[in-house]
Amino acid sequence: MSNVLNGAALEVKDLNFYYAGAVHALKNINVPVHQNAVTALIGPSGCGKTTLLRCFNRMHDLYPGSRYEGEIIFNDVNILGEDIDVIDLRSRIGMVFQKPTPFPMSIFDNIAYGLRLRGIKKKSELQDHVETAIRQAALWDEVKHKLYESAYTLSGGQQQRLVIARALAVKPEVLLFDEPTSALDPISTSKIEELAVKLKQTVTILVVTHNMQQAARMSDFTGFMMLGELIEFDDTDVIFTNPSNKLTEDYISGRFG
Amino acid sequence: MPIRDDELKHLKEMILKMASLVESSIRDSVRALVTQESSIANGVITADLAINAYDVQIDEECIRLIARRQPVGKDLRFITTGMKITTDLERIADHAVNIAGRARKLIDSNPTKTYADISRMREIVQRMVKDAIDSFVKEDKALANDVIKRDVEVDDLNSSVVNELMLVMTQNPVNIVQASQLIYISRDIERIGDHATNIAEMVIYMVDGRIIRHMADITGHQP
Repeated sequence: MSNVLNGAALEVKDLNFYYAGAVHALKNINVPVHQNAVTALIGPSGCGKTTLLRCFNRMHDLYPGSRYEGEIIFNDVNILGEDIDVIDLRSRIGMVFQKPTPFPMSIFDNIAYGLRLRGIKKKSELQDHVETAIRQAALWDEVKHKLYESAYTLSGGQQQRLVIARALAVKPEVLLFDEPTSALDPISTSKIEELAVKLKQTVTILVVTHNMQQAARMSDFTGFMMLGELIEFDDTDVIFTNPSNKLTEDYISGRFG
Repeated sequence: MPIRDDELKHLKEMILKMASLVESSIRDSVRALVTQESSIANGVITADLAINAYDVQIDEECIRLIARRQPVGKDLRFITTGMKITTDLERIADHAVNIAGRARKLIDSNPTKTYADISRMREIVQRMVKDAIDSFVKEDKALANDVIKRDVEVDDLNSSVVNELMLVMTQNPVNIVQASQLIYISRDIERIGDHATNIAEMVIYMVDGRIIRHMADITGHQP
């Protein structure tokens, strides 16, 4: 793996996950998520990639009966431990969903919302943080003249960048992208991909995508999953030019999935 | 997310560096013959290692870009052209190595007037290679067409050199060893001209999307 230059921001160790009713959805997953890099998870529907992504910020806790085994180490701490403050965890490991999820309020307030929750009340300070986050999400020039208009006036692609700005405003260390462009047109998709590549300088990014060409374009590392198992994980160059597992080869060349 | 400008620039730079080494090899291979200095010939043979390394490196980069960026249109033509150009450049360097090897064998021979014709051929093909690569970098179709036209002159010079050397051989069998080596050298230079022509034809494909190779064979008309 020629690209392994950075330490792991997250380290998954012997992870098993069971949905309520004892459905064994993830089987003995071991994988690093490298710092300041984009890591993509690919695989056919139902392979467990979104299930794995949702472990990183304990989204499964919202559904009773699910169960984790194993560890995910983040800053030397197992974030699957019972004493973890999941609200704090979710501000450090943010998530962007498939469909843009702006709040029903102004563009400005969408970003300021999380900042206010964090105790930032001073208007000038809020303005600075909001502008920085929107700039980071490459949206500033498109919204600077209408910050106090409803977020719903934005296009789908702009809404998705607004949601990314909202996540960035609380300065996360990791951003989880769950099919971030599947509801977007090709130009908006391209903008989100370019944005992710730029953002990795400050944030570690993990993206789940059905679109393997997208994984090839934007990621540094790729994991291929099938039936709850991680079949192969490597430098994206290797996965898309010379994978070692035949299942990976067949999937990326479109022979199944 | 399309192929990035810096990735295209990097690929272009690698091809230019490889081409520059290849041009030096062409020049030095014939210089080794004319000056009868084996150290120059040895330099050509050593330089081939670096040229081969570029050939592999450029291929790997092109394959990576195809897999990672899924180029289409002009970007796709640029990358496929880049891959084919390096194959021709690598073959040109092999011809230079052949010439250098033969030059070493002729170190103790007396130079003949054929050396001047061979030097002239070298001058033309080296310029053809340079201009073919320039036409690639500048996407200059007119320059590429000009390179293609110059190949006729090289072919004519090669025929005249070969005829002359055949005559020399029939006149005195003592000349056979040297003359046959010179025929091979002339043939190597002529092949370099063919490879430069291939490069220029690929440039026309890159710019226009039109494949002009073998067009005369297919349609009976020159492109």
